[in-house]
Amino acid sequence: MKQSGNILFSGVGGQGILLASELTAHAQLAAGFDVKKSEVHGMAQRGGSVEAHLRYGEKIYSPLIEPGTADILVAFEILEAVRYLPYLHKDSAVVVNTQKILPPSVALGKAIYPENILDELTARQIKVVAIDAFAVAESVGELRTANVAMVGAMSNFLAVSPEVFLQVIENTVKEQFREVNKKAFAAGRAAVYA
Amino acid sequence: MVFDKETMLWLSGNEAIALGAWEAGVKVASGYPGTPSTEIMGNLARYEGVYAEWAPNEKVGLEVAIGACFTGARALATMKHVGLNVAADPLFTAAYTGVRGGLVILNADDPQMHSSQNEQDNRNYAFAAKLPLLEPSDPAEAKEMMIRAYALSEQLDTPVIVRITTRIAHVKGVVKKGTRCELPEPTIEKMPAKLVMLPGNARVRRQAVEKRMEEARRLAETLPENRIEPGSGTRGFITSGVPYNYVKEVFPHAPVLKLGMVWPLPEQMIRTFAASVEELIVVEELDPFIETHLKAMGIACHGKDIIPNQGELNSFIVRKAVDPDSIGALFEPLPLPMRPPNMCAGCPHRGLFYGLSRLKDVFVSGDIGCYTLGFLPPLSAMDACVCMGASVTMAHGMSKALGKSGEGKIVAVLGDSTFMHSGITGLLNAVYNNSYASVIILDNRTTAMTGHQDNPASGRTILGTEAPALDLEQLCRALGVKRVVVVNPHEVEVTRKVLKEEIASPDLSVIISRAPCVLLPEEVRRKKPVYFTNLDNCTGCSLCVQMGCPAISWTPLTPEEAMARGYREKQKGFAQIAEVQCAGCGQCAAVCKFDAITRREEQ
Repeated sequence: MKQSGNILFSGVGGQGILLASELTAHAQLAAGFDVKKSEVHGMAQRGGSVEAHLRYGEKIYSPLIEPGTADILVAFEILEAVRYLPYLHKDSAVVVNTQKILPPSVALGKAIYPENILDELTARQIKVVAIDAFAVAESVGELRTANVAMVGAMSNFLAVSPEVFLQVIENTVKEQFREVNKKAFAAGRAAVYA
Repeated sequence: MVFDKETMLWLSGNEAIALGAWEAGVKVASGYPGTPSTEIMGNLARYEGVYAEWAPNEKVGLEVAIGACFTGARALATMKHVGLNVAADPLFTAAYTGVRGGLVILNADDPQMHSSQNEQDNRNYAFAAKLPLLEPSDPAEAKEMMIRAYALSEQLDTPVIVRITTRIAHVKGVVKKGTRCELPEPTIEKMPAKLVMLPGNARVRRQAVEKRMEEARRLAETLPENRIEPGSGTRGFITSGVPYNYVKEVFPHAPVLKLGMVWPLPEQMIRTFAASVEELIVVEELDPFIETHLKAMGIACHGKDIIPNQGELNSFIVRKAVDPDSIGALFEPLPLPMRPPNMCAGCPHRGLFYGLSRLKDVFVSGDIGCYTLGFLPPLSAMDACVCMGASVTMAHGMSKALGKSGEGKIVAVLGDSTFMHSGITGLLNAVYNNSYASVIILDNRTTAMTGHQDNPASGRTILGTEAPALDLEQLCRALGVKRVVVVNPHEVEVTRKVLKEEIASPDLSVIISRAPCVLLPEEVRRKKPVYFTNLDNCTGCSLCVQMGCPAISWTPLTPEEAMARGYREKQKGFAQIAEVQCAGCGQCAAVCKFDAITRREEQ
């Protein structure tokens, strides 16, 4: 099993990034790692770009991922995948939700949402796994599980077994949402190689 | 590492600090919300045996804690860095009275200004107020240091500052559980020579302060939180707080002097460490606080000559500063449209700022809250913002400077919580001194920016229990305001008319713009209508787009595309509502002149 790693979560305020990073942190703890996770609250949450840094290993000091060292980027929106390019290295895996959320300048018609921007990542030999997390969430009958579907997709790149994640969902998610979230996790995990 | 659920917890720094305060036996806690400190009080309030409250501002909060500690109870005041400016008055004199029960001031700095208007380094307050200051490096240490801080406070008879930063407050890590310590019951005890700070007593206490700091300096030499971590190599680091992690990350084998108590400094320990290495580097965030004192001690070191004095650090910055040759090539960032924060879809503030954006030549004196985002385009309706409550006072100052020429052109805008924090005295001053500036109170029934804390006007305490709700209209009238008008900002046209009239008036008027924050749980639950665009009717006037609602977007069209859609050739594009994002406020429908925005039935 990989002995340490850095997972960066990025997206737009309100997309459920905190829950996704929280599930992942608990899974890494259950796998026996030390874990630190960093978030930003406050003004940054109002529809702006948001990020969460998760680091695991035998003993973790810094709560922040260094540029050039994110092993996995879990991006909940296309632009927010490419924005974090300086954090990536040539062996990084990027799991990206194909949703587009227009930044204000684009919505106002002052800027263009760049087309095919994920090609910028593949052009740099970075592995990109694009999934339609909403379609996955819809397939299990609950749109609000898109973030857990993303965790499922990401879990393919971690040594932690999916059973550990399912146990974490069992332990942390409210009872009425448990089953649908487990389904979303499994469907997200399967979506990568579908 | 085995994460043992029986003995360990996965907590944010703020949750860990609340736990530490509880374990230390804290009985009374008071604070005002402020990122990144806010979650401490919310968490602490839920512990058995603790009274916690939201105070209207940090000065009030600290004074409440001082009073509680005078009974022998352990007490806590929490605040963000700028909050300590507000609480500085009691802080400096509480340093003289000292304590009965332990008193800790939990101060959260925000290097990088993730959610702040400045990035002052509040370690300087410890120096200026002559108080011990502890600085943890992660959530686990933060919890333990709370317990140490209370012990030190009582041992040295002094308030103690615990300084954290954003990367403690909002970092999660593994924390060990402990138990709450048993403390004697609070009592009334009169000790006027110690607690009544008039000159005769204060001069005596002034000497006690120096004696205590002398003792603290001695204690610092053996405090377990100050420690030398031996290593190999000729280069040694002195560091504290979060930057300690970056040093350990980048130079895991180097000798390190880790300071848990940053003021007063363990001078002998520092000299011993400095003598043991050839090159000494101080790694600290923001000001050269440790470095300056080292230099005053005559110790040569690197510090801010290589480490930035602005923004937060990270391991990359430390690596680059100390060992630039070890940095490999990185992917360059791409130019992408930025994604700044924005007022939410359905935000009541939008209707008000839309009205202000339509008024020409009016200077909007702004304040601190979600509504500061009214500054951003397309609304661009805020012209100044300095600190909590300053909107009202600055507007008054402008009115006095401008005299007749500013009449009808000056307006202050501040939120309900900000008004109660420090706007009331400013309004009193403006009335008393005959200002003509208008004041708009954006009353969204909560303290929204920091995550919806209750306040004296919300009618609920920190625990959600019922409390007397301040009547803002009555208060303004009691202060002497003759014109008090209440508007619903979702009624865009009415609001615009009222703004025009009231701002133009030669008398001071208060406009209360009242509608609940859309993110309040009861608002989220409420069934709301949804609006949609009749694309056939859209003329591309872009009036709705100019409101800057995140649910409305503009699609540009070429003349051919316009005609293909049945629009006039000249039409440059069309606006459309994303129904999933619409919060049903109806502001856009109110400004549309072409019947292109329609309400769908409630769902």
